[in-house]
Amino acid sequence: MEDTGIGLWGVPLAIFAGAIRVSTPFIFVSLGETITERSGRINLGLEGTLVFGAMTAYAVAVMTGSPTLGVLAAMATGAMFGTIHGWICKWPKVNDIAIGIAMMQFGLGLAFFLGKSFIQPVAPKLPSIPLGSWSAVPQVQAALNINVLFFIGAALALFLWWAFKNTRVGLILRVVGDSTDAARAMGISPDRVRLLATAAGGSLAAIGGAYLSLYYPGSWNEGISSGQGLMAVALVIFARWNPIGCFLAALLFGGAGALGPALQSVGVTQGYYLFYAAPYVLTLIILIATSSPTRALAGAPGALSLTK
Amino acid sequence: MTVEANDPGLSVAAGSGASLRPLLEWLARRAEPVAIGLVAILIGLALFSLFILAIGKSPITLFQLMYTGGFGSWFSIQNSLSRAAPLLLTALCVALPARLGLVIIGAEGAVVLGGVAAAASAMPFVGIVPPVVLFLFMGFAAAVVGGIWIGFAGFLRHYRGVNETISSLLLAYIAIALMNQFVEGLLRDPASLNKPSTKPLPKDYMLGQIPGMDVHWGLVIGVVACILSWVLIEITSFGFAARIAGGNVRAAQIQGLPVGKLIVGFTAIAGGFAGLAGMIEVAAVQGSANASLAAGYGYTGILVAFLARHNPLAIIPVAILLGGISASGGLIQRRMGLPDATVLVLQGTLFIVILFCETFYGRFKIFNPDLWKRS
Repeated sequence: MEDTGIGLWGVPLAIFAGAIRVSTPFIFVSLGETITERSGRINLGLEGTLVFGAMTAYAVAVMTGSPTLGVLAAMATGAMFGTIHGWICKWPKVNDIAIGIAMMQFGLGLAFFLGKSFIQPVAPKLPSIPLGSWSAVPQVQAALNINVLFFIGAALALFLWWAFKNTRVGLILRVVGDSTDAARAMGISPDRVRLLATAAGGSLAAIGGAYLSLYYPGSWNEGISSGQGLMAVALVIFARWNPIGCFLAALLFGGAGALGPALQSVGVTQGYYLFYAAPYVLTLIILIATSSPTRALAGAPGALSLTK
Repeated sequence: MTVEANDPGLSVAAGSGASLRPLLEWLARRAEPVAIGLVAILIGLALFSLFILAIGKSPITLFQLMYTGGFGSWFSIQNSLSRAAPLLLTALCVALPARLGLVIIGAEGAVVLGGVAAAASAMPFVGIVPPVVLFLFMGFAAAVVGGIWIGFAGFLRHYRGVNETISSLLLAYIAIALMNQFVEGLLRDPASLNKPSTKPLPKDYMLGQIPGMDVHWGLVIGVVACILSWVLIEITSFGFAARIAGGNVRAAQIQGLPVGKLIVGFTAIAGGFAGLAGMIEVAAVQGSANASLAAGYGYTGILVAFLARHNPLAIIPVAILLGGISASGGLIQRRMGLPDATVLVLQGTLFIVILFCETFYGRFKIFNPDLWKRS
């Protein structure tokens, strides 16, 4: 009994492991959206970018046998989607939120269209690091078997947090995001900065998609995403456009997402679908708690249409 | 895009007859959305054709099949009209709040919960009340639940400052989870084994077909809803106030308009319509509430509303057009071996190009009588 069963301890362990596993796509999508929103534009189409990235990564990994090439290809397509969004939004009278919704539908449609023939074959998975080999308990070993992308995401969050404050590029991004006029006065082209920021955001979101199809759950089908790309937009607001906040919020969301399966594994099957809704309910509660009708959100980029 | 006002005919005509001028001005203003919309659709179709060419298929064959499958025969026209029915209602769910400046994209949630509410409210009364009364109960329950669901997003927007686009979408995900919970738990018909459903309605309690057509009454409900919405926005003072608030919230507040009530009221009406779409799916198509309720009508409705520029009357032809496009999906799949997602790619392309073409409004002299030469 002691060897294989760890009883109710399995629940927090499963939630911990789930938080890490489920949070990784959230980390990448929310960091990508942070870069875009810090430049003063919102890309609501990341859901489509994420699913298209998942499809591209899977297809390229199947064809070349290399999951790394899959991730790189996904990044390239994500940057392309971001560039389209950024280019269209530079025209006057074009609404960035509506374009995001359209890009989402387009990305989903195109991913389902081109990915139809890749539902069957099996792609090689992304590597993970077995940090739990010291333990004899298989559940602990499984929980500490962590994908490299998680660590890359954590490092990226730290780097962006530093770079927003301390680098020239970070400063330019924040100036453009806070005031289009101030940026123009400084001789910066806001449209070009926003286009690049949206492209960078798209390519990060596509990494999140690649993680979904190449690691967890590790397959390509039309239901691969459960709205991570959209929830990331809410997550960024919750994290107050702070990359480290995004990382922590992603962990929280991952934990909420792992609640249902963890309870199911110890035999709690009542209300399974309600636990499935936990991340969405959590997002909504956080949004309600942190928004205010009378003042702009603290830390919000001044030029962002979302918070006006 | 250089479709500049290089048509001298109109300006000459405008100068010659003073009595003609008001008519021409009216025509010019009306022509702008139609002309820009048509050009946008043509550009969208051209881009889509390039895509189809790139994968080695013939776009001409595709468009022919699309026409045949959507509008080529009385059978396919009826099929398109049936598919348009829920789109009319879900498009209203986007268009009405849009007149207030809100972007609501969670109609899907109101559809599925409306369907569940309709099925649940029908259960105790089947066999007791006549079908017409039952439909009233079902429609009322569905509209109330849908109205509360989307109205809540409006409430959060005005009283808590929560972005309505994101909250309505989160509410849609929550609604789908709730629907699954109800359908697989509390409301499940034990006889539904493979596909958990509520107890099916008996055949004589189903919302039937319009006489002489193979199209259910949902189409009539949808068209009536569009006409009522147009009256609400264009004729009533409630709608006038909403249009002012949509143009400039601060100005509306200074004028003493009840902006909060307007927002909650409009979003609730919008959600009520989407809830009715769910009721129609249950009463006229499925016969019970089940996972098929989340068929994406809420999301296609967004496209319909934006294409119609949030004008309730324009929603009617646009919904029928998109109903036809989706009706032709099966034929394209069978005849050309293209995936069913082809329709989604076309819809997405059209959506992007149409939003992009918003930038052309007000750029052409021909549509703007104020810039015409006065003689």
